Amino acid sequence: MSDVVATPRAKGEFARFVDRFLEDRVAVFGLGLITLIVLLAVFAPLIAPQNPYDLAKVDIMDSRQPPGSKSMDGFTMWLGSDGVGRDLWSGILYGLRISLMVGLLSGLIAATIGLCIGLIAAYFGGRIENVIMRIVDLQLSLPSVLVALILVALLGKGVDKIIIALIVVQWAYYARTVRGSALVERRKEYVEAARSLGLSHTRTMLKHILPNCLAPVIVIATVQTAHAISLEATLSFLGVGLPQTEPSLGVLISNGFQYMLSGKYWISFFPGVALLLTIVGINLVGDRLRDVLNPRLEK
Amino acid sequence: MTLTRRSLALTAALLAGGLGLPAVSAVAQELKIGLSSEPSSADPHFHNLTPNNAVARHVFEPLIFMDEFQRLGFGLAQSWKVLDDLTWEFKLKANVKFHDGSPFTADDVIFTMNRVPNVPQSPAPKTSYVRGKTFEKVDDLTIRVKTAKPEPLMLNHLAQIEIMSAKAAANVTTQDLNAGKGTVGTGPYQFVEFVPGDRYVVKANAEHWGGKPRWERVTFRFLKSDPTRVAALLSGDVDIIENVPTADAARLSKDARVTVSSALSNRIIYLHMDRHREDSPFIKAKDGSAIKNPLNDLRVRKALSMALNRQAIVERIMENEAVSTGQLLPDTYAGTSKKIKIPAYDVDGARKLLTEAGLLPAGFKLTIHGPNGRYTNDTKIIEAVAQMFTRIGIETTVETLPPAVFFTRASTGGPNRTPEFSMILAGWSAGTGEPSDTLKALLGTFNPQAGTGAANRGRFSNAKMDELLAKALATVNDQQRNALLAEATEVAMEDVGIIPIFFPKNTWAAKKGLKVTARTDEYTLAMSVAR
Amino acid sequence: MLAFIIRRFAQALFVVVAMVVIVFFGTNVVGDPVWMMVPGDATQEQVEEVRRAFGFDQPVYVQFFRFLADIAQGDFGRSYVHGGSAIRLILDRMPATLELAVVALIFAVIIGLPLGLFAGLKPDHPASRAIMAGSILGFSLPTFWVGLMLIMFFAVMLGWLPATGRGPVTTFLGIETSLHTLKGWQHIALPALNLALLKISLVIRLARSGTREASLQDYVKFARAKGLSPRRIVGVHILKNIMIPIVTVLGLEFGSLVAFSVVTETIFAWPGMGKLLLESIQRLDRPLVVAYVMVVVLLFVTINLIVDILYSALDPRVRLAGKSE
Repeated sequence: MSDVVATPRAKGEFARFVDRFLEDRVAVFGLGLITLIVLLAVFAPLIAPQNPYDLAKVDIMDSRQPPGSKSMDGFTMWLGSDGVGRDLWSGILYGLRISLMVGLLSGLIAATIGLCIGLIAAYFGGRIENVIMRIVDLQLSLPSVLVALILVALLGKGVDKIIIALIVVQWAYYARTVRGSALVERRKEYVEAARSLGLSHTRTMLKHILPNCLAPVIVIATVQTAHAISLEATLSFLGVGLPQTEPSLGVLISNGFQYMLSGKYWISFFPGVALLLTIVGINLVGDRLRDVLNPRLEK
Repeated sequence: MTLTRRSLALTAALLAGGLGLPAVSAVAQELKIGLSSEPSSADPHFHNLTPNNAVARHVFEPLIFMDEFQRLGFGLAQSWKVLDDLTWEFKLKANVKFHDGSPFTADDVIFTMNRVPNVPQSPAPKTSYVRGKTFEKVDDLTIRVKTAKPEPLMLNHLAQIEIMSAKAAANVTTQDLNAGKGTVGTGPYQFVEFVPGDRYVVKANAEHWGGKPRWERVTFRFLKSDPTRVAALLSGDVDIIENVPTADAARLSKDARVTVSSALSNRIIYLHMDRHREDSPFIKAKDGSAIKNPLNDLRVRKALSMALNRQAIVERIMENEAVSTGQLLPDTYAGTSKKIKIPAYDVDGARKLLTEAGLLPAGFKLTIHGPNGRYTNDTKIIEAVAQMFTRIGIETTVETLPPAVFFTRASTGGPNRTPEFSMILAGWSAGTGEPSDTLKALLGTFNPQAGTGAANRGRFSNAKMDELLAKALATVNDQQRNALLAEATEVAMEDVGIIPIFFPKNTWAAKKGLKVTARTDEYTLAMSVAR
Repeated sequence: MLAFIIRRFAQALFVVVAMVVIVFFGTNVVGDPVWMMVPGDATQEQVEEVRRAFGFDQPVYVQFFRFLADIAQGDFGRSYVHGGSAIRLILDRMPATLELAVVALIFAVIIGLPLGLFAGLKPDHPASRAIMAGSILGFSLPTFWVGLMLIMFFAVMLGWLPATGRGPVTTFLGIETSLHTLKGWQHIALPALNLALLKISLVIRLARSGTREASLQDYVKFARAKGLSPRRIVGVHILKNIMIPIVTVLGLEFGSLVAFSVVTETIFAWPGMGKLLLESIQRLDRPLVVAYVMVVVLLFVTINLIVDILYSALDPRVRLAGKSE
């Protein structure tokens, strides 16, 4: 819960930072895992034997086939198929695209909004800061599942809507973190100097304060992205997330849920494993980042 | 309170059974049932909903009973006579007692019929069953019903109304009934408690006119999630579950610990097509430009019906927990047609018809809409239908919506509160156990004043069918009416007013040693469970 | 102090009003609740009748003013589906949810604390690495997935514990509970464990980092140099030091347990208010959703307030006024 993390002192430390990161084999494994997953998602159309969204390619005669079966089109479905005959391997590759897209896009937008608001709060202080931080506190006092659940219920299903909901539940974390570290920076001499030199507010904020707040933001971003992906899966499971016709990993799991007890484990097991690997990978990297970027705990 | 009562009952049973008997026999007097949907109230007239009606049938009884095939029989009525087209007379069973010991008389019937339309805040009252009927007491055990116009469905309607006690239920509210105040009927079981979100409990009424019921105590547990319900059965939490998920039915029927029973339901799953617009919003040429609504062409509608591989949907999606169909109700029901065949699966024939209609080789784009989570496997069924349409050259996409959103938009989402979509998947159950209701609502010309076409979300209209149906609805003679209904169905199906797909099965699973008589109306009743 | 409490409740009131307005107008955009109320074979006139009876034929703002007028008379709305007072329905279900959340919290501490302490004291021990890897897994596993696995394994395959529902209920000191019988504990074990999973990982991590930090402190080094037994060092010095952050965080996390119970209650058919919320959302039972929001926001605010006050009592360095950070 240490959201405020001290930043590396000098820019030349980047190389040292990389070295330190790579010291931990588990973290390297996590990084490799994520890289692989991202590559799989990006190149899904080239790798997947089937486009699972193209109804001309999917055949219900292929439905619920166990791993290793041959499809009607002649390719082998190594992970089996789901309830409407989608090849699960292809479904997972395409599902990863959606899950990652939702997680990254919502994280990126939330981070941008949070950064701006946090900077503004820290830089201007006074009344503005007070009002902003009050809103942040209020937002953070409500659990994210609940806020997202109610928002998605009101907005309806769809990728765009779930992204909006995820942005709403995430931005405050960034705002609080950024304000915390920006406050520390603001009190330093170089900022005072920049201000007395008559540099504009925007320039001071972006050029001088922002770069020094990035480290904690990166740590928060990894945790939040994993959280967002998991939250999307949860909402989809509850039936208020993404539509079933172009499934994310969460929807695939939830679709397979009904087959769980009847022995057709693969329909929700493999997407579950894919989701788990993704989140574990991100969390491993995030964990190491937190250790590396937080010198308090080392030594 | 519950605890003491239960442990007392257990102790009593153990004592009565003697020391040597294992505890199992004592416990076996109690039946635990896992329901897939929860009743919203213990007031039988509050919400006309399957789970509400089903639990109410244990405590309350209507004048007319429906058996497991929805055939009519005597309930609290001993006999009936049709005096003329507008007057019916019912003799009531004598010596029937309410749970509080008071006798059942004509006064209770009159009280009930007056109560039905006057339940405050009722989300779905049973008012339509008593509308247009005047109930008169002739003597303590005779009532007469006068109707404004001939009412052939009199018995079907009375079968939906549970009789309450004029004495015990006078001035009680729905909340009182939920709490057990005035929840007094003549049924085989007495109300014990209703805990919303958790359970509904009844106990045996030893004084029941039909003899002492089989179970000492029946607990209905509400287990909405499919895997959870199955898990509860397998782990022994409950003895019986209703609505066995299609994914588990096959495996459960092979499981030595479980017996499975099923009946064809009175529900039809079908496609409705936009027939009221020249330019249908979700049908476009492949390049996205507007085209004339092809669904107004009979050849296209026939082609779509032929393109459906119903058997594949039944086998691959419903896992054989359904039976494919070409008409509105299974032909074991009265008023159905023996002549209607299931349209044969014929891709080439469908393509040929589309070519004749000038739609191939160009093809067109279509979006099918449907609810998500309203009917068993609904989204998957639509995806399968879309696959099949895509194969005959119609580029089909699927959009499923939460039921509340779907039905709002499908009914009144368009301009001037017209249906919004071009093609929808929906379901309809014939609660009355014959097809007149279905024909009237799904296929009758849309006319709110006349009450026809209430669920006609495609605005299909066929004058000949309307005429046959109107005639049937004014015919009290069963045989003549059924012949007219069968003919009306044939006309509507020949004109492809809807595309019927299948009837799902209602499936129950029970612990070995218990036998559930499956019902077509989806009611789960302790009375249907035998050892 | 009093001014602080009053200000917090004023803020809470603001949140409640904002959420209620959003939910009230939002549910109206989503769909027409009448379609979730009437039976599938309802005729148009039945639909219209119900619509009139519930006032859905009026514009939303008219409905909203009616709602406000009812509140002024102490009526917070009646559930469309169940008919009873919406607040009453929520409050009736609240004990079950709170019971589940409290037991989950207890699980989190009794499982997480020893593991975290161990990992903090012996950071290089293989077991510590396994614990930390496990905690990452605990963070990453989606709750709903674990819930089903628990049912599959413990209820279906092994048959040790019941899969669903709550044990028999009694009232003890005015609190409704199912924990007075073994059966009650058997019923609560799986759902509470499922709900506790995330928090176990959280406690492990808090305990570990707290322990590591504390063992570097001078007083611990001093104690060690003085030759105090490791047991005493851990029991007195370290534990005392790490309990404050753990208690604080868990207090704040209690709200998230209540929120996450929506998922757990749905899987385990636990008759709490989270399950009711999800059902109400699906049925567009607006009064129930609004009532849930009101009750839960007030609950969270109260919890946060208690945590803040306790925290300031435990640690005099914290001033109550400027809260953030």
